[in-house]
Amino acid sequence: MVEIRNYTLNLGPQHPAAHGVLRLVLELDGEVVERADPHIGLLHRGTEKLAETRTWVQSVPYMDRLDYCSMMCNEHAYCLAVEKLLGIEAPERARYIRTMFDEITRILNHLMSLGSHGLDIGAMTMILYTFREREDLMDAYEAVCGARMHAAYYRPGGVYRDLPETMPKYKASRFKNEKALKRLNAAREGSLLDFLEDFTGRFPKCCDEYETLLTENRIWKQRTVGIGVVSPERALALGFTGPMLRGSGIAWDLRRKQPYAAYDQVDFDIPIGKNGDCYDRYLCRMAEMRQSNRIVRQCIAWLRENPGPVIVDNHKVAPPRREKMKGNMEELIHHFKLFSEGIHVPEGEVYAAIEHPKGEFGVYAISDGANKPYRIKLRSPGFPHLAAMDELSRGHMIADVVALIGTMDLVFGDIDR
Amino acid sequence: MSARLDLLSKVLRNVFGGRLASMAMDRGELTIEVAAVDYFEIARILHDHTGLDFEQLIDLSGVDYSAYGGKPRQGKRFASVAHLLSVTHNWRLRLRTFAEDDGFPVIDSVCDLWPAANWYEREAFDLYGILYNGHTDLRRILTDYGFTGHPLRKDFPVSGHVEMRYDAEAKRVLYQPVTVEPRENTPRIVREASYGDVGHG
Repeated sequence: MVEIRNYTLNLGPQHPAAHGVLRLVLELDGEVVERADPHIGLLHRGTEKLAETRTWVQSVPYMDRLDYCSMMCNEHAYCLAVEKLLGIEAPERARYIRTMFDEITRILNHLMSLGSHGLDIGAMTMILYTFREREDLMDAYEAVCGARMHAAYYRPGGVYRDLPETMPKYKASRFKNEKALKRLNAAREGSLLDFLEDFTGRFPKCCDEYETLLTENRIWKQRTVGIGVVSPERALALGFTGPMLRGSGIAWDLRRKQPYAAYDQVDFDIPIGKNGDCYDRYLCRMAEMRQSNRIVRQCIAWLRENPGPVIVDNHKVAPPRREKMKGNMEELIHHFKLFSEGIHVPEGEVYAAIEHPKGEFGVYAISDGANKPYRIKLRSPGFPHLAAMDELSRGHMIADVVALIGTMDLVFGDIDR
Repeated sequence: MSARLDLLSKVLRNVFGGRLASMAMDRGELTIEVAAVDYFEIARILHDHTGLDFEQLIDLSGVDYSAYGGKPRQGKRFASVAHLLSVTHNWRLRLRTFAEDDGFPVIDSVCDLWPAANWYEREAFDLYGILYNGHTDLRRILTDYGFTGHPLRKDFPVSGHVEMRYDAEAKRVLYQPVTVEPRENTPRIVREASYGDVGHG
């Protein structure tokens, strides 16, 4: 009698397809997955504990480092939570700027996710194409806050400063001659809005390019169609949100259902899938990028027409203008108190959620009236998605596990917190 | 939104009557508090009742109330807070229950109702040491293999208890007591109620 035993395979934590530091313990019968046990926490930095020891504003940069593929969206949820606790609302221009940068972030995130998803399952070219457009959007980030990734641009009460009138430009170097410089800087001569308008003009064409690479690609379809099918009922029960839920055919989008920022003012569609497999989720993400592009265009048009303040004028929450601070005792005191002691947030608890590119990102904040949070719980979208890995991967091949990791759009900064 | 929440609170009052320990509407959010013994049953009704339809458990987290407001706490210490969402009715609800025993906090698991609770309860167990009765796989999730203590409890120092270093002689990674001193740059201050109010000064 031959004894047949299941084989246990350890995938990760240093596996290129593990999107960071996922350790997956797979129980295999031949090449078929019988059970998957994801081990997470290898990137746990204790953000929630750290936030309890920082003032409310000091935690904003921690939010960037959660999901480091969609930085500003994380900040947005956090700022909304603080604003809700304080009972204030950001000025309208700030809300439009936030909407615009949320959508830029969504494009950034989806480009990253589609590129690396393609890379994981054998479509090498995709990431080269998507990173080309990501570079432009990173420049938009840089123009507005000085950092390419960890922005800390959204603040409780608005955004840190208004949109800049100039764009950072490429400089001459050994590798770039006059002609190349001229081509590269062509769209950067005007303001940030001009640059973004130029970008949104050419981005739909870029999306078409991505689609020619993947949508009808036979190998891509073989690897994604019918893989990781989730029924709508299961998707709800498992706590799925975002494209993971919409891929299963449920038209649920917080931007529409529980609007925040300026989403009730802009026009966009919510793409949904039909079969709930990896391919449908891919199509959803692709369509979402086109919708985001549409929203960015509407925001640009509005922002051009409507100048105004971008942060509340309440110096208990937002710092006074630098010039005023230098010449006015009252403002100097406000500035000092704000950056040493911080905002005093009234007692209470709130949950603020936004439609993050990956799903619902929520911040549950409890304040006991101090200058620091009493408790911050970050509800990351990837966490319940990865928790469903066991259920989704059962009966699939090992190679499909990689496709599942790609479709879940996992980022460990976000899951491990 | 608030009209919808009024409707929800009415439905909740009809369905549960006096079984809720408290119900509060604050900043456009509805919170109900239930006793630990009723927790599972009430969660089941919230999930199954056709007028409520909370299909999704969005979030579940532990909270340690022992240092709340900077004063020694009267009352129970550990709570489990669940955020529920109904996609059908587009409403949210916060459901809180306190564990009876501070030394050995036990709360019923809601994994059978919402499979999403599985990892959230593991997390709350890991970070707060709340035990979920009926959970089939209550292992640590975020902290290191072999970790001791529950890091988000208020009596756990931010710097932790042990640190890791590579020992060249032993040729392996060793754990040793932490050498960093915990320090606080900005003290935690609770001011009088009107201090720093928005619109004040």
